[in-house]
Amino acid sequence: MPIEILMPALSPTMEEGTLSKWLKKEGDTVSSGDLLAEIETDKATMEIEAVEEGTLAKILVAEGSAGVKVNAPIAILLEEDEDESALDGFETGNSGPKSNAEPAARPDESRDPSPEESSKENGAEKERAEKSLSNAESNSQPKDKEMDPVVQRGERDSDDRLKASPLAKRMAKDAGYDLSAIKGSGPHGRIVKRDIESFDGAKYAPKSADKPAPKADADAGTDVGPVRGGGANYLEKLGINPGSYDLIPLDGMRKVIAKRLVGSNLDVPDFPLVIDCEIDALLSMRKELNTQAPEGVKISVNDMLIRASALALKHYPEANASYTPDGIAYHHSADVAVAVAIDGGLITPIVRGADNKGLSTISSEMKDLASRARERKLKPQEYQGGTFSISNLGMFGIKEFGSIINEPHGMIMSVGAGEPRAVVKDGELAVATVMTVTLTCDHRVVDGAIGAQWLLVFKRYIEQPITMML
Amino acid sequence: MANQSFDVIIIGSGPGGYVTAIRAAQLGMKVAIVEKDALGGVCLNWGCIPTKALLRSAEVYHNMQHAKAYGLTADAGYDLKAIVKRSRDIAKQLSSGVAYLMKKHKIDVIKGFAKLEKGKDAPKVIVGDDTLTAKHVILATGARARTISKAGLEPDGKFIWTAKEAMVPDTMPKNLLVIGSGAIGMEFASFFSAFGAQTTVVEMVDRILPAEDAEISALAQKAFEKRGVKFLTGAKVNSVKTGKSVTAEIEAGGKTQTLEFDRVILAIGIVGNVEDMGFETVGVKVERTHVTVDEYSRTGVPGLYAIGDLTGPPWLAHKASHEGVICIEKIAGQNPHPLDINRIPGCTYCHPQIASVGFTEAQAKEAGHDVKIGRFPFLGNGKAIALGEPEGLVKTIFDAKTGELLGAHMIGAEVTELIQGFAIAQTLETTEEQLMETVFPHPTLSEMMHESVLDAYDRVIHI
Repeated sequence: MPIEILMPALSPTMEEGTLSKWLKKEGDTVSSGDLLAEIETDKATMEIEAVEEGTLAKILVAEGSAGVKVNAPIAILLEEDEDESALDGFETGNSGPKSNAEPAARPDESRDPSPEESSKENGAEKERAEKSLSNAESNSQPKDKEMDPVVQRGERDSDDRLKASPLAKRMAKDAGYDLSAIKGSGPHGRIVKRDIESFDGAKYAPKSADKPAPKADADAGTDVGPVRGGGANYLEKLGINPGSYDLIPLDGMRKVIAKRLVGSNLDVPDFPLVIDCEIDALLSMRKELNTQAPEGVKISVNDMLIRASALALKHYPEANASYTPDGIAYHHSADVAVAVAIDGGLITPIVRGADNKGLSTISSEMKDLASRARERKLKPQEYQGGTFSISNLGMFGIKEFGSIINEPHGMIMSVGAGEPRAVVKDGELAVATVMTVTLTCDHRVVDGAIGAQWLLVFKRYIEQPITMML
Repeated sequence: MANQSFDVIIIGSGPGGYVTAIRAAQLGMKVAIVEKDALGGVCLNWGCIPTKALLRSAEVYHNMQHAKAYGLTADAGYDLKAIVKRSRDIAKQLSSGVAYLMKKHKIDVIKGFAKLEKGKDAPKVIVGDDTLTAKHVILATGARARTISKAGLEPDGKFIWTAKEAMVPDTMPKNLLVIGSGAIGMEFASFFSAFGAQTTVVEMVDRILPAEDAEISALAQKAFEKRGVKFLTGAKVNSVKTGKSVTAEIEAGGKTQTLEFDRVILAIGIVGNVEDMGFETVGVKVERTHVTVDEYSRTGVPGLYAIGDLTGPPWLAHKASHEGVICIEKIAGQNPHPLDINRIPGCTYCHPQIASVGFTEAQAKEAGHDVKIGRFPFLGNGKAIALGEPEGLVKTIFDAKTGELLGAHMIGAEVTELIQGFAIAQTLETTEEQLMETVFPHPTLSEMMHESVLDAYDRVIHI
């Protein structure tokens, strides 16, 4: 009997696609594994492979046809001992829901998010590209993973509910896993206990090459690897002998750091913007302020950065934003979180409403927050929330670095060391104290142009610090 | 029909074989099932079902004897022949039910004893003069009672019974010895003692019902002793000799005693039916009378699978059925999950009933779990009191960290009908939270399940 070749589903959510190109002509002999055609969806282009052997008798859907429904017949294959007469009276659409073709494991090559992209349009494309990446990953074994509805990754209902057993949810929570990164092997892709037990967090961390820029992960010493399942013998499997290291159990803070930053790395499409600021004026104003300041008040460069960024957020509110599934939240207040390194980790106390606070208030608040942070005596409301964060590694001589966004913040600013550098002024070489800052933005809310304009505002406050006093 | 070929041939029509056959037919396969005896296997004909019929008679008799407690009068008496006949009739009825199911699903039923020979895709199946071939052959030949002939522990046609003989007793024994206190031993002890047989149960390990939670074992022993059943635990029957009656030499606690009985029931374990079917010629691996298989019931011989009692414990009908379904779905290219042995409930239909699923308290601790334990006694349940069944316990075991329901153990009226609730909870992987949130109807025995969960988290209401 003639075999129908059906439009394959390239992803669990695919309903239709474009048949962009036939790679075989009518009359061609087809062996199992031959590439038949190229199929395009909004996420990826993939080739489909023949499963059965025979002769491509008839092409039912012409090249370039868009909106071809999944499981619609696209061609008819005749088996070896059949001739075209077998087509007489053969009606399509009888072969049931199973596709006779499988997608080949090749994602669209054209995706390659460029770090320079700045328009909203490009941002959307980048998101799509990253999605297709995750498809590519699961397509590497098309038969087992992509075509089988039982093992799709953390499948969601139309109402976006993640299917997981109560036990799996609790175990994932305890382990700091993001359920949406875990494949469900239960009925209808439900995530169950065995999925949590066998989950290898490392596998789902984005590879550095997939990021828009190399990442230092140098957020005040928080070089956190992905959360890993498998416990102590995890390293053994990777060839490190037990006994050759000390295993310190994860404490609560380490778990939170791991969970939040892995979550951010998985979910947030981020990109960095780098700018140099000359800070000679800022340094001399600081000196002046401190000579005039009352006893006990000593303004730091960091305090001035907090004030400058808060004012920039107020001046440019499009950048003071958080992504939520329901919409973009534009914050009324500039709450600046500041990363403070403490024994065994880091914490980000928040200067709330920093746009309405003077330098001396910011300074004394920050001093108090930082000292209580080191004693681990902060109240949750003092380090939870915030709308923006600053991480400063200048005191270690770090020239520049990038940080991981701490959701719900839309941006994080990484501050490098201020140092004398050669600069060109009016066509002449000159020496200035220069500080490089890197702004990492959540592209879902802050596009390149918004981030860049915010940085310009920030730079103006830094380079003309007197405006900060207004 | 000298030479016939099928997609799958199943050898044995017990709850493993016939359920697998139906599932195979549903999956569009051409199926044959070979049976040497009656359709339905031991379960329907000589096991689960006929014993439940006998035990029902015992229960009704017990209630008649206690009619006064319910404000009733009854003249309690029994006719052993009629009790046995009822049990046999029910077995026959269900066996013909299986025959109907085979017909409905167009499954070829082949009567006779099957032997395997080397074949192409799978071993050939020889039944009499016929040779049957198939792509897949599934062994579901079951198991039978273990006997030890050199100690005299084998049926002799009169005094010494296995379950099969005990199911069709010619007389009500006055003095009965039951060797072995597993589910089978305890059900017969329960049946015969209900009709007045002075019953002694001998158990090798230090407690009865060794597969159950130790707390349940102790409660069961107490309940049986109250009704006059004697127990010798940590004891061994060295030999039995038959003459006019049975003389058993029993060793317990270093002392040997000789006791007289008029009947003995052997419930000392199960051996797989692995003989005379050519297993060795096709290369089936047999270990301690059971066929070795992997998680999808593959024997290692191409195209040959084995399921159910033949593959080892737990020897339960529902285990066999599930294994068979998983096996055939895997053959059909589906993606079933292997059976989780720890989620197979076990039920003993003695009086009081016993039911359990998952880890016992000892097993849970041994597996390294920090546990939370909940207990609720029948005495605190209105329905149990109204039924006149105030004895029993529902015990639940949770992992203290994750709230996973690790095990549930129950003793008392109708608990065999309740255990499925906890089995579902385990399958759906609920934690204590969902069990607490579930509304249990009042007044029912099931409320004790809820209370037991609440008790594990110090929230119990009615004690």
